[in-house]
Amino acid sequence: MIRASGLTKSYKAVQALAGLDLAVPEGKVLALLGPNGAGKTTAVRCLTTLLKPDSGSATVAGIDVLADPAGARAKIGLSGQYAAVDEHLTGYENLVMVGRLYHLGKARAQARARELLERFDLTEAGDRPSKTYSGGMRRRLDLAGALVAEPPVLILDEPTTGLDVRSRQQMWDVIRELVASGATLLLTTQYLEEADRLADDIVVIDHGRAIAHGTADELKATTGGERIEVVLADVEDREAAVRTLAEVAVGDVRVSDNGRELSAAVSGRGAGHLLHVLQGFERDSVTVLDVGLRRPTLDDVFLSITGHAAEEAATTTGTDAPADTQEVAR
Amino acid sequence: MSTAVQALTDGWVVAQRNLIKIKRVPEVLVFVLISPIMFVLLFAFVFGGAIDPPGSVNYKEWLIAGIFAQTVVFGATFTGAGLAEDMQKGIIDRFRSLPMSGSAVLVGRTTSDVVYNILSLIIMALTGLLVGWRIREGIVDAILGFALLLLFAYAVSWVMAFVGMLVPSVEVINNASFIVIMPLTFVSNAFVPTESFDGVLRTIVEWNPVSTLTQSSRELFGNTGGFSPTDAWSMQNPVLYTLIWVAIILVVFAPLAVRQYRLTTSK
Repeated sequence: MIRASGLTKSYKAVQALAGLDLAVPEGKVLALLGPNGAGKTTAVRCLTTLLKPDSGSATVAGIDVLADPAGARAKIGLSGQYAAVDEHLTGYENLVMVGRLYHLGKARAQARARELLERFDLTEAGDRPSKTYSGGMRRRLDLAGALVAEPPVLILDEPTTGLDVRSRQQMWDVIRELVASGATLLLTTQYLEEADRLADDIVVIDHGRAIAHGTADELKATTGGERIEVVLADVEDREAAVRTLAEVAVGDVRVSDNGRELSAAVSGRGAGHLLHVLQGFERDSVTVLDVGLRRPTLDDVFLSITGHAAEEAATTTGTDAPADTQEVAR
Repeated sequence: MSTAVQALTDGWVVAQRNLIKIKRVPEVLVFVLISPIMFVLLFAFVFGGAIDPPGSVNYKEWLIAGIFAQTVVFGATFTGAGLAEDMQKGIIDRFRSLPMSGSAVLVGRTTSDVVYNILSLIIMALTGLLVGWRIREGIVDAILGFALLLLFAYAVSWVMAFVGMLVPSVEVINNASFIVIMPLTFVSNAFVPTESFDGVLRTIVEWNPVSTLTQSSRELFGNTGGFSPTDAWSMQNPVLYTLIWVAIILVVFAPLAVRQYRLTTSK
């Protein structure tokens, strides 16, 4: 439904996209996951005809976005990072205007506006200028605007950035409903949890190119399954603790800057490894404040794949050489 | 739908959006309506006694058409400022993502500003009537006079639309337009008769479209006092000459503005 290959785009000295490929099958959700400045928004702008890539090609619903931008726009509902609503217009007026610019006709645009306000829990606020809305309400109104013409493809650029926890939860519910009703969705996010919850498929993007691709589970598997986390009571015990952890670790043992928080990925039976580690600590008289077994989050995935964030957060010691980037389950 | 029809219908939707803002932020309107009243009263009473226009007509009556011309030309700044403001707002992203006509935002803005100009002309005409201005030709001529003022203002608003996107900041556009419009309206016959200028300056005044717009209005409202000022072709055929300028401005600046809109929004 959405397909991009070899997209590149440079702004003066900065290469925002360095040959990005991605594909979203019909009815699926792809999350484009990456930190600020990774090229997510540039990718979205290229796919939605707002920006012409320097090279590469993209199709949306079978329409070449470069050859027929107007045709492609008719198939795409876009909700951007900054709510694209007119603050002087009411929610209703905003949606009617969008409907008429989609050429639905006045009556149809009005009916659709009421329908969407109700669906997004904005009926009461519908006749107030959108200036008076909260951030979450504005985002919902913007998303409603993207849905006016019932486009087969939805592209959401950081739909929950800057929202409070409750608004984010609401937004997730809304997005899940959309997906359940069969929409094909591309969403960008810097929240790993968001990609985990909403997406079938995740492309991790950094410096304008895809550095990993897979389902949330596949990506998590690359970090070696569960992690053992330890907080030492005494930093003097660090060497002994790292040595014990290294015996069971897959990859490196991470040590925090203060030298007291250690973590290591393990494979297979996490509990057995934990027991082994605790026995080792007992033997070496290592005192711990906290020790536990944790399921990997996408944060771990992200750190282990991109490397750079991990290097800032912790120094690495261990048996294996650190892996820079890796291709996962392509 | 043909491209032209779509540009107009989409433009009208955007124009309605701009007009809703008048309802929500009436303060804008107060400013638009007060300054014409201020101009009429200021020039009529401050300079009213000091300047002696040609012919038999009294200065206040002669002056009003000049103020009409100056005010509608200044009103174009509003177009530039409105667009400059729009360009900084998120709503442009929405517009850009819709399968709407690329020129609709500009058509809409220039169209809604015609409504502003109609309002300010009504206010000025009423104020003018209070201080002694009269329509002395037929009502048809008077309507033509107002129509020509609106048409010229519409053309100039496309210039300011273009400028508004070159300098997307409301403050800059206000200053920039002041630099252009101030001399354009003052080096004209809007406030002082053409005869009071000499040499090169007089030639400029005679061929300045603001002068011919003013002259056209005076003739159509019947405020010339039966006096035809100078022999320049432009002043002898002010309506035709003004219309030629309207055509030139639209042909040059409408495509430039549309192109600039595309450039500015595709960065």
